[in-house]
Amino acid sequence: MSNVELTSADLTSAQPARRVEGPESAGSVRADLRFFSNELRITFFRRRNQLLLVVAALFPLLIGIGLKAAAPHGGGGGNGPGSGSAAFFNQLAGNGVFLTFIALSLLLILVLPVLVAVVAGDSIAGEAGYGTLRYLLAVPAGRTRLLIVKYATILVWCVAAVFIVSAIALIVGAVLFPVGPVTLLSGDTVSLGAGLVRVLLVTLYICAAMAAIGAIGLAISTFTEHSIGAIAALMILIVTSEVVDTIPQFAVVAPYLPTHWWSSFDALLRTPVDTTTLAHGLLSFAVYAVLFFLIAWARFTSSDVTS
Amino acid sequence: MIETTDNGPELAIASSGLTKRFRGGQLAVDQVDLAVPRGSVYGFLGPNGSGKTTTIRMLLGLAYPTSGSAQVLGVPMPEGAVRVLSRVGSLVEGPAFYPYLSGWDNLARYDAADRSVSARTARARIEAALDRVGLAAAAKKKFRNYSLGMKQRLAIAAALLVERDLIVLDEPTNGLDPQGTREVRALIRQIAADGITVFVSSHLLAEVEQVSTHVGVMRTGKLVFQGELGALRRTAAPRIAVRTPDLTAAAEVMKKLGLADPVAGDDAITAELGDVQPESVTAELVHAGVAVRALTVESPSLEDLFVGLTGEGFDVER
Repeated sequence: MSNVELTSADLTSAQPARRVEGPESAGSVRADLRFFSNELRITFFRRRNQLLLVVAALFPLLIGIGLKAAAPHGGGGGNGPGSGSAAFFNQLAGNGVFLTFIALSLLLILVLPVLVAVVAGDSIAGEAGYGTLRYLLAVPAGRTRLLIVKYATILVWCVAAVFIVSAIALIVGAVLFPVGPVTLLSGDTVSLGAGLVRVLLVTLYICAAMAAIGAIGLAISTFTEHSIGAIAALMILIVTSEVVDTIPQFAVVAPYLPTHWWSSFDALLRTPVDTTTLAHGLLSFAVYAVLFFLIAWARFTSSDVTS
Repeated sequence: MIETTDNGPELAIASSGLTKRFRGGQLAVDQVDLAVPRGSVYGFLGPNGSGKTTTIRMLLGLAYPTSGSAQVLGVPMPEGAVRVLSRVGSLVEGPAFYPYLSGWDNLARYDAADRSVSARTARARIEAALDRVGLAAAAKKKFRNYSLGMKQRLAIAAALLVERDLIVLDEPTNGLDPQGTREVRALIRQIAADGITVFVSSHLLAEVEQVSTHVGVMRTGKLVFQGELGALRRTAAPRIAVRTPDLTAAAEVMKKLGLADPVAGDDAITAELGDVQPESVTAELVHAGVAVRALTVESPSLEDLFVGLTGEGFDVER
């Protein structure tokens, strides 16, 4: 197969088709969407990424089964690990919906950031490592356009990862635990429907948190050709931020840390909802996302591609 | 400066004072003035490390020049990269594809990134490109399972996905067996026959001299020769070599005839022939009673000229 003879007859008969549109054609939005959907396909069809999503989906199942086994019959007082999530654990025995909050708050510490870091850290560095970056730019994909497509794909990836965890947790919770009107952390009880809306809002809030670190990962990714380096750097950054956040002496800088507002989603589980805290969190995520996308852009559009 | 006209510029690639200094201070490309005529097959020659690839990276907008300017198809680079590169097919520093995708999906990937082409024609174009390099049968195979030659061909197929005005091939035969090299050469001829300008770099003169109409020779970042292949040949001065035991007598005859640069060996003497006819040298030698054992006229091969321009193989000059 490697030695197919190239006869001149083959060469003349197989002319590439003529282009139908000029470079500045009106179909450019469609062309951008085509590039984006191809990027999504490559990302979601890649075996490594599919495995990551499967692993992410297994966690809520494990947590649900574990808590079911540990929970005493008759409700009340499960022994949840970690004081921060203790309130959720106490609620779980009464309502399966709470498995979503438990799963998200546990996976938020490490598993979801790893998922985001792998795809975000790989985004540019992976292309550079394979050498495909120079060919994409020679196509030409356009540097800014490529960066936008990459970040848009990271956003979709974040949403997919968080929603998969959320959805599996909801299903597992409904199967293993009773489901009904949801008693919030503040003691009020809302209908199941209203409770599910809160699940959706919490999920979206965490998507925003992941989108912010996705931008940091994208920025780091433009500085190296080794995706593993970019992935590791982002994880170190996140863990450092989480550690610093727990040290009281650093309380002054805590609100500016990228991870500080992550667990603030529990504001959505109280009445009235503490919108100020949520707004601070969302603002922090937005600032991080914009700032680091700009860093990525400044770096990527000004540096030589040497890979 | 070359002005863009409705018919396009007469030069496919033009650069003036193109210079690249790496951050370490090393001068990789030094004041290079390229002039690649439209429709030519331009052999860009030079030993490894002479700045060829860095020049090509600047022409394709991948690297930014430290100083100087370059135009590709009349469009200034790197500013015009997005505007002009869809008319330029390229192979830079070996093939690069996603190992976990098939050959077909890899081409579809690059095709999807090109905003100047339509998704409707993608299928036909990918098929045609794979066909053209003889990879149609291996289209569904994963890239990581391709042989070296197949990888190289897939890269050429990617360069031919869209109809081009210029094809830039950086060391297209690297790692290919002799048959593969011949196939690439046939492909270059075919591309050129379609009226497409081909800019092909190589560290081996033999690889491009059969297909090139023009050559540029790089040495330590400088363009030391540029012109038609014939002009390079003409720079070679033929020498006459006489095998004789009477070296002194032969040297005197040569001096009398005005032959330049005589060099005496153990049993032979050579000199530049210039305008003198070899038969008159023979007659003079015989007339002077020199015992001539053999007399030959040697034109230096293109390879010798090339080595003369670029230096011998192993002397690292920086």
